[in-house]
Amino acid sequence: MNPAFQALITIVIGVGGCVGYFYASNLFLDKVLYPPSGPNAGHNINRANIIRPWLFLFPAMLALGVYLAYPVVATAWLSFHQQRAGGVEEFVGLANYQQMISESKFWESMRNNMLWLIVVPALSTMFGLLVATLTDRIWWGSIAKSLIFMPMAISFVGASVIWKLIYDARPIEQDQIGMLNALYLWFGGTEPQTWLTIPLWNSLFLMIVLVWIQAGFAMVILSAALRSIPEETIEAAIIDGANPFQIFFKIKVPQIMGTIVVVWTTITIVVLKVFDIVLAMTNGQWETQVLANYMFDKLFRANDWGVGSASAMVIMLLVMPILVWNVYNARKEMR
Amino acid sequence: MDNIAGKRSSLTWAVHISVLFLVLLWLLPTFGLLVSSFRTGDQISTSGWWRSMTTQETQLSPIRIAGEERAEGDLFVIDGNLFANAATTVSAWGTSSREPEAYAPGEVADLGDGQSLTVTGDGDFKLSSPATTEGTRLPRVFATAATPPEFTLKNYDTVLFNASAGQSIGKAFLNTMTVAIPATLIPILVAAFAAYALAWMEFMGRALLVATVVGLLVVPLQLALIPLLQLHNAIGIGKGYLGIWLAHTGFGLPLAIYLLRNYMVGLPRDIIENARVDGATEFQIFIKIILPLSFPALASFSIFQFLWTWNDLLVALVFLGTGDDQLVLTGSLVNLLGSRGGDWEILATSAFVSIAVPLLVFFAMQKYLVRGLLAGSVK
Repeated sequence: MNPAFQALITIVIGVGGCVGYFYASNLFLDKVLYPPSGPNAGHNINRANIIRPWLFLFPAMLALGVYLAYPVVATAWLSFHQQRAGGVEEFVGLANYQQMISESKFWESMRNNMLWLIVVPALSTMFGLLVATLTDRIWWGSIAKSLIFMPMAISFVGASVIWKLIYDARPIEQDQIGMLNALYLWFGGTEPQTWLTIPLWNSLFLMIVLVWIQAGFAMVILSAALRSIPEETIEAAIIDGANPFQIFFKIKVPQIMGTIVVVWTTITIVVLKVFDIVLAMTNGQWETQVLANYMFDKLFRANDWGVGSASAMVIMLLVMPILVWNVYNARKEMR
Repeated sequence: MDNIAGKRSSLTWAVHISVLFLVLLWLLPTFGLLVSSFRTGDQISTSGWWRSMTTQETQLSPIRIAGEERAEGDLFVIDGNLFANAATTVSAWGTSSREPEAYAPGEVADLGDGQSLTVTGDGDFKLSSPATTEGTRLPRVFATAATPPEFTLKNYDTVLFNASAGQSIGKAFLNTMTVAIPATLIPILVAAFAAYALAWMEFMGRALLVATVVGLLVVPLQLALIPLLQLHNAIGIGKGYLGIWLAHTGFGLPLAIYLLRNYMVGLPRDIIENARVDGATEFQIFIKIILPLSFPALASFSIFQFLWTWNDLLVALVFLGTGDDQLVLTGSLVNLLGSRGGDWEILATSAFVSIAVPLLVFFAMQKYLVRGLLAGSVK
């Protein structure tokens, strides 16, 4: 069957099925199970109202359970097991974790991930804040913002292609086609560099790609936060003779600190899961490995599900503090 | 700072210039690739894209002479033009890589054995030889020439319609559509009902469920890959479109429920209470009041989900096959980077084909995207 046709059928079945399910289950509840009439009308209405939320929630809960909650448990389980011949899973305790921490590639990934975790959120937030502040006061600010926001729509793989052209290196006697090397030679560099093969620096060059994508996100959120700062506080500061930098650092930044934290943590989550950029640009060679790509290597190239699951659990552990903090905040808000 | 007397003009200029600088910094990478996608492979690999706008005098890569041999008197002659672009002008040329600028246009080079070659200023060459050159390697010309700007649509034609070397971007484009559209539409309704229940219905455990959704928002996809692949294999879905639609639906739900719930909570209580008093059922309230009022939030989420499913690589790598009929754009790009990393004309053009749709969606619906971002993270 043609996949496009299959897609059309799926849309119809998917959307139609949803509507049908909600409609039919409601009808059943109201007409058959607890009709709001007859001798027990009041009682029935109450009972129907207790059940109805669960009818509305059921499909979503099922999907969330199967596609997100169950895998967390299953991955944890897999990380303590080793696949033996014949597909039998054997309990091996912490052996997978032990093997993982004995591998230098794992520690390389950890080190790189920590670098990513510091550099990317910091630079993205900084650029975002800078652009948000500057564009606030010029007439073409919204156009500028929209252009800086644009990389957000570009896939990580597409961005990797874009930046690979920038980092391209040609032998010295040829014309450079990569912007970075052209600039480097123009500023007096002697030899074109193959940027993506210089350890440590190459990680930085990969990080720049993500900063380029994420700065727009930071900018949009921070720009809205800056606008919500009460005018009076700024006017008062001006009257008291504060200079623009004092206004920015002592009046504005403290007032949007909460938003900065949100932006920072959101980008942190993106960074922890970064995979496409490394896969497409270096595939973890030249000491650029990161956790998510290490895990992918283990799962689908080495076919080692035990160690792969163990490294996935490491990512989960790193996300955990943010998860708890988010849940804590959400609960506080609901009260 | 606008209000500080005497400082305004200089500071404003500084702001304008720094914003302009930042915008250019952010645009140039994409622009470079866009320009490159309209140049031939030869142009891309011999000069930077920033030089393509103006006439450039460069030393071209060697061109091997080719053409029909004909007899002229007692000489065998081959003539023709070196360049596809007629406006190219030669300033110097040579026949060896050691002396690429040995001759001026119109001069005659003696190649030994009585052979001679001449190249004129506009690229016409004439090779004459006393013996036939058939079966021998014809000489190469190293030309230094000024080439005017020249752009071509040929790359797009190749990439979209000629499936060379098994890499059909046109097919991958359709595959990506096939993945993205159902994966965007299906979660919306499921999430909308759940969000309504979480926002406006009273029941035990509601707060706990909301907290769970917030928690699931950040669960890394990486954890889901192996267990779900096992599950799909066990229940017979295997690798394929059905699997990836389901996976994207599951992965997109937390954000969908979270966004929609936050939006629906903000709807005016009076409308809903009035409808209840008037005897509307919850189902009717949802369909006739909540859903139409929530349009902005629905639009925000659809854009997110569409961009995410279109741009996704990981889920596609795991849940889809690698055959030509299931390979998505991101997947083919990664393959191209691996197998044809030097063919920039193919890479640049394929990348642009894959970027074009998200960019269109982005610029057309930016308002909703921004709104969704703000609702999704600022609290």
